[in-house]
Amino acid sequence: MIRQLGKSGWVLGLVGLLVALAILTKAIQPDFSASGFESLARASLPFAFATAAMTVAILVGGIDLSVASMMAVASVTAAVLMDGAGDLTAGLVVAFVLVVGLAMGAINGALIVITRVPDIVATLAMLYVWEGVALLILNAPGGAAAPWLRELIVGSVVPWVPKSLVFLVVCLAVVWVPLKRSKLGLYIYATGSSELAAYRSGVPTRATRVAAYAIGGLFAALGGLTLTMSTGIGEPIPGPYLLAAVAAAVLGGVVLGGGIGGLLGPILAVIILRLVRMDLTLASVDPNVTTIVEGTIMVIVVMLGGILAVKGRQT
Amino acid sequence: MRDEAAAATPPVLEASGVAKRFGAVTALSDAALTIRAGEVVALMGANGAGKSTFVKILTGALRRDGGTIRLHGRDGTLASPAAARAAGIVPVYQEPALIPDLDVAQNLRLGDTPVEPFLHWVRELGVEGLRLDETAGRLPLATLRILDLARAIAAEPDVLMLDEMTAALPTDLVERVLRVVREQADAGRAVIYISHRFTEIAELCDRAVVLRDGATVGDLRIEPGVEDRVVEMMLGAALTPGARGARARAAAPTGTPRLRVAGLGAGTALEDVSFDLHAGEVLGMVALEGQGQDELFDVLAGFRPAARGRLEIDGRPASFRHPADAIAAGLTYVPGDRAEALLSERSVRENIALPLVARPRRWGPIAMRREAERVDAAIARMQIDTRAMGEVRRLSGGNQQKVTIGRWLAAGVETLLLFDPTRGIDVRTKRQIYELVRELAGQGAAVLYFTSELEEVRLACDRAVVMFKGRVVEILDAADASDARLMRSAYGLAPEEADA
Repeated sequence: MIRQLGKSGWVLGLVGLLVALAILTKAIQPDFSASGFESLARASLPFAFATAAMTVAILVGGIDLSVASMMAVASVTAAVLMDGAGDLTAGLVVAFVLVVGLAMGAINGALIVITRVPDIVATLAMLYVWEGVALLILNAPGGAAAPWLRELIVGSVVPWVPKSLVFLVVCLAVVWVPLKRSKLGLYIYATGSSELAAYRSGVPTRATRVAAYAIGGLFAALGGLTLTMSTGIGEPIPGPYLLAAVAAAVLGGVVLGGGIGGLLGPILAVIILRLVRMDLTLASVDPNVTTIVEGTIMVIVVMLGGILAVKGRQT
Repeated sequence: MRDEAAAATPPVLEASGVAKRFGAVTALSDAALTIRAGEVVALMGANGAGKSTFVKILTGALRRDGGTIRLHGRDGTLASPAAARAAGIVPVYQEPALIPDLDVAQNLRLGDTPVEPFLHWVRELGVEGLRLDETAGRLPLATLRILDLARAIAAEPDVLMLDEMTAALPTDLVERVLRVVREQADAGRAVIYISHRFTEIAELCDRAVVLRDGATVGDLRIEPGVEDRVVEMMLGAALTPGARGARARAAAPTGTPRLRVAGLGAGTALEDVSFDLHAGEVLGMVALEGQGQDELFDVLAGFRPAARGRLEIDGRPASFRHPADAIAAGLTYVPGDRAEALLSERSVRENIALPLVARPRRWGPIAMRREAERVDAAIARMQIDTRAMGEVRRLSGGNQQKVTIGRWLAAGVETLLLFDPTRGIDVRTKRQIYELVRELAGQGAAVLYFTSELEEVRLACDRAVVMFKGRVVEILDAADASDARLMRSAYGLAPEEADA
């Protein structure tokens, strides 16, 4: 029981932090309402998918710096293909974009595995490649999105339950829950924890890395889709998602270097970081101070986590 | 299967003429090995002879450049460890193979190991109370080794390959392992057993295959007196076996000791330890696993504070709050795990020069050139294979260990704390390490030498301290330290004769 608590302790801590922030928000802004929460959740959506993409790459022992660029490719691909298309075609476009995402991620992974160039270097290179690809497809914001797609993430199911949050949970659960229970999920954690030991245990570590990056690509494509869905156009210039995704993953308890962490923590961390930013804006704090506060929170949370882990080992 | 009829059955695994090159270095030129069901074959060879490379090829972790491997009479080329496993060859490597961040149950799922047989073998091998939800990285090394072996046996392999299986195990577990492995062979499995311990090989194995310089040079039936011939083969004609006899009795040390440990205690394992270590002396230390020796070395190296007792250096009280304090007091710790001591991606030369230039609180410019002569002398003294001078990690394990100890010849050292320096190292390199240690003592260094091999007390030490349950139970002269006497003390039994 206590041991189980230890494993999910980080997530519980984040939930506590989230509750505290929610109370703080209500204090600063007494008229913060369901619609405010709806727009916060919608704005968090691309960050959440970027973080999910980053998390998978880190768990397998790598890192994917091209997450934001892949999102841009997915966004413009969707917007260009949906421009003037019917509802049914739009559905096919969504499926196509998800396949493109898988393919982009798999290319990243294959590049790392085949060339043996370190993850950070290979995906840095791919950051530029995918950025160029996005601009080739669409050199200025444009295109269109099917209205029914927009309906999926705008508005609330019932007050305080935004559709965007439901969309996020469903998308992540559909991919992550079966994965976590599958052999591949175990392979990803094993490879990230100790590649040599995993290889010797018979884990196909190279294929596992490619698969993990492909899943990351899939999440990035979902992130790009949500951009197009919420704005109605494709955006070829990558947004500020890369470092935000690394920050949320680390804050969410994912250990850089691989093997430790999950998806729930990083997603909570995304919401926490967005909420902090919103609160500071509502309190009309200088935006430059806002980033200092974000960085400080990150160090403090990771440090506390480390202290608790040491305490846990001693008892 | 210790009878002559064995030769009639067809071999399970048959390798001949196996060759492997790494760039310009030929690791294997003509390695061969044949094993039948029910046999335990020892694979022996000095470090750098190519044992590890040969094993990796046989288990699919490396691809060979030449030669043939036949498994059950068919082509036995294996593309990966997974393919080897599927073909019935299951290795237990020297380093623990469980994934540290996964729990035991997840590790079992990873290799499709059936849980019930696994638990059966874990108990059979003498580990009680294992929890399947324990994270592997939190288990002690000896337990991890046992779990690796249990996992391998539970896979019901045709060929079980054990690389230095007993190196990190306490004596009681070693006996269990030997018994279970013998039973596995009697049940019809073939076992390839890699070890440097002759006593285990004599007890367990049917034959010994000897590698030297990448080629198989001998295939001997294990019988009384075979040890000398194996050593001869491993060393080659060019080298004489050398004197392995006991050293002359040392003069009783006098004067102020370099290091005095009085009533030292720390944590739960280290209770109350007292002894003196003098300049020019090698003081052996013998203990079963977990008798407080780890904590003692941690305190002496400044890794953790002492809870009780006193330390004196040259008659003056000392206490260490940081490893830098211990180093400043002249205490140098050489860990058993050489990866902790060396910069594996830097050259041998730099690693030797490091302690020369990296003294605490000396941040000035590095006078590399002035030290070059001493470094050169140390390299020549250590007889290191110069093909791999560029990066320490390319050296064999034994040669790496020679660097960790021999570099203090160049740097000079007052007190050296050696923790099991020869673990997993071949006979020839071991002897070179004993010589290095003796030479350091000859220069006036005081050496504390923890060893898990009893004969090293007689080969390298002047006196020996035996620890049991966190206390010193006996201090004796190395010349009197027979295996039997050390063993009785280490198990906490009263010495057979009174000792002053």
